[in-house]
Amino acid sequence: MNFIVDAIRWILDPMHFPGPNGIATRISEHLLISFFVVLIASGIAIPLGYVIGHTGRGKSIAVLATGGIRALPTLGLLSIIALSIGIGLTAPFIALVVLAIPSILAGAYSGFEAVDRRTVDAARAVGMTEAQIIRRVELPLGLPLLIGGLRAASLQVIATATLADYLGGGGLGHYIFAGQQTQDYPQMLGGSLLVIFLAVISEVSFGILQRLVVPAGVRSPSVTSRRTETARTDLGRVEVGRTESSETITAAGSPQTKGTT
Amino acid sequence: MIEFRSVTKRFGDGTVAIEDFSLVVPSRRTTVLVGSSGSGKTTLLRMINRMIDPTSGGIEIDGEDTSTLEPVKLRRRIGYVMQNSGLLPHLKVIDNIATVPILNGVKRALAREQALELLDTVGLDRSLAERYPNQLSGGQQQRVGVARGLAADPNILLMDEPFGAVDPIVRDELQRELIRLQRELGKTVVFVTHDIDEAFLLGDQVVILETGGRVAQVGSPSEIMQSPANEFVASFIGTERGKRALSIRRTARGRVLVDGAGRTAGVLVDEPATTGHDVDSAANSGADSVAQVTVAQDLGADATTGAVLDAAAGPSNEPSGLLAAEPIVR
Ligand SMILES: Nc1ncnc2c1ncn2[C@@H]1O[C@H](COP(=O)(O)OP(=O)(O)OP(=O)(O)O)[C@@H](O)[C@H]1O
Ligand SMILES: [Mg+2]
Repeated sequence: MNFIVDAIRWILDPMHFPGPNGIATRISEHLLISFFVVLIASGIAIPLGYVIGHTGRGKSIAVLATGGIRALPTLGLLSIIALSIGIGLTAPFIALVVLAIPSILAGAYSGFEAVDRRTVDAARAVGMTEAQIIRRVELPLGLPLLIGGLRAASLQVIATATLADYLGGGGLGHYIFAGQQTQDYPQMLGGSLLVIFLAVISEVSFGILQRLVVPAGVRSPSVTSRRTETARTDLGRVEVGRTESSETITAAGSPQTKGTT
Repeated sequence: MIEFRSVTKRFGDGTVAIEDFSLVVPSRRTTVLVGSSGSGKTTLLRMINRMIDPTSGGIEIDGEDTSTLEPVKLRRRIGYVMQNSGLLPHLKVIDNIATVPILNGVKRALAREQALELLDTVGLDRSLAERYPNQLSGGQQQRVGVARGLAADPNILLMDEPFGAVDPIVRDELQRELIRLQRELGKTVVFVTHDIDEAFLLGDQVVILETGGRVAQVGSPSEIMQSPANEFVASFIGTERGKRALSIRRTARGRVLVDGAGRTAGVLVDEPATTGHDVDSAANSGADSVAQVTVAQDLGADATTGAVLDAAAGPSNEPSGLLAAEPIVR
């Protein structure tokens, strides 16, 4: 318990707040990294997921590929990428994008998949073009599940972005790695607590957003309860200060997020 | 007019759903495709608006080969109503109805105004306009489905078992409404059902299908009931059992017609006074619950097989059943 008190004291120490290694800077770095990772992963995964979800083609390949990616240990991936492109932010950035893609992809296509095929068929039968079906039917109806995917991805990325500093990329991971080296446990745990704090904020915001995007007239899909479970798992892992990827990710972004019925 | 010309449909998995099907669907009439499950009714219907393209043969609408028409444009000028209403769950009733006109470029305000009028047309209160589909009963949803089908004022209306999933009372109501609508609007309706009673009630032309879209018989309800083309049709329309096998029973009130289930189908108010065929006489029994019965035609069937003797007609002069050659119960 003393550890935690010390860690909180470390966080609340005003001396630790400003400056290039201050909490404010590290939090901004962490958030910026996470934001751009999720943004870029979305840019890849959402269109792909929509194509898969709309056409129903390539799903088995997508499931295989995402399963494969999920099984990759992030640290190992990071090391391999780092070996080929050197240290800095790029390698962890790429590793994080790879990590984020499965959840978002699953959210995107399962969102489309969860739309009743008869509804889509009806939309086509009254004369909607394929683009109109995507925009006016599948997209609004699939949005809650997509947001669910983004939510899971953001959580993983925020937790795993601690690795960014493994090769000197900054972010809250800095406190963890530096603390470990100098055996400054309050700093190390303080860094972990801040990561948890960001993760909780992300969860809560996405939770609210997810509720907001459920179209009126559609019963809320049972995504929420499943997400809460995921959050618990992830937070449990973040607390240890290390993020071992595979299991966490499988729980978070599995295609069972369909949540219809 | 819609014309099927030797249409064959073979699906990707090799299933031949329709084989060499030809039919003329007259304009401004209701044509009902009826047959058991898997006989290809839906496939036929969906080939009209190119939701399915035939493997061979062609379909013409008013002389125009549909394969030369752009599917999306074609669909926007053909109304489509399906069993589960197919409404978009995230749109209000009014926006569901206005969907097609808006796709067609009608101004939103105008489309919504017309949607309100369509609610009147299909017998729904305007207060339902702002509801979502899941806030409506099944029957109301079907009415909205019909309103949406009518929204672009199409000449052709395709209906795939639209009343299949509602309870019998609501179904009766919807059927009557459809008959009224059709009298007012005079669309070319192609209606799919597996309920032969519904087919006879609604159809000007009834097409009885066997597996593979083989036409067992085409004709008006009276024609089919009075002279089933073959055993299949006879058994399908149930001349020898159920509703259409009527027998005469003598009661204190006079002679009544009793159906296969033992229910009184109507009172026999007149009999052919003259011998021979096509005796057409009607009288009113007065009460609402008893059908007016006209003995329309002596078909001269073989009495020993217990087959058809006479056709009985309801108030609309549509046959409601056939008199079986059973001895009159006294
Ligand atoms: N997309 C498809 N791929 C393969 N076979 C199909 C497809 N659609 C329909 N079929 C087959 O074609 C035949 C006719 O199907 P269709 O849906 O037209 O029947 P239906 O008369 O409408 O039946 P129901 O009354 O059950 O709706 C069936 O044997 C069905 O299995
Ligand atoms: Mg069908």
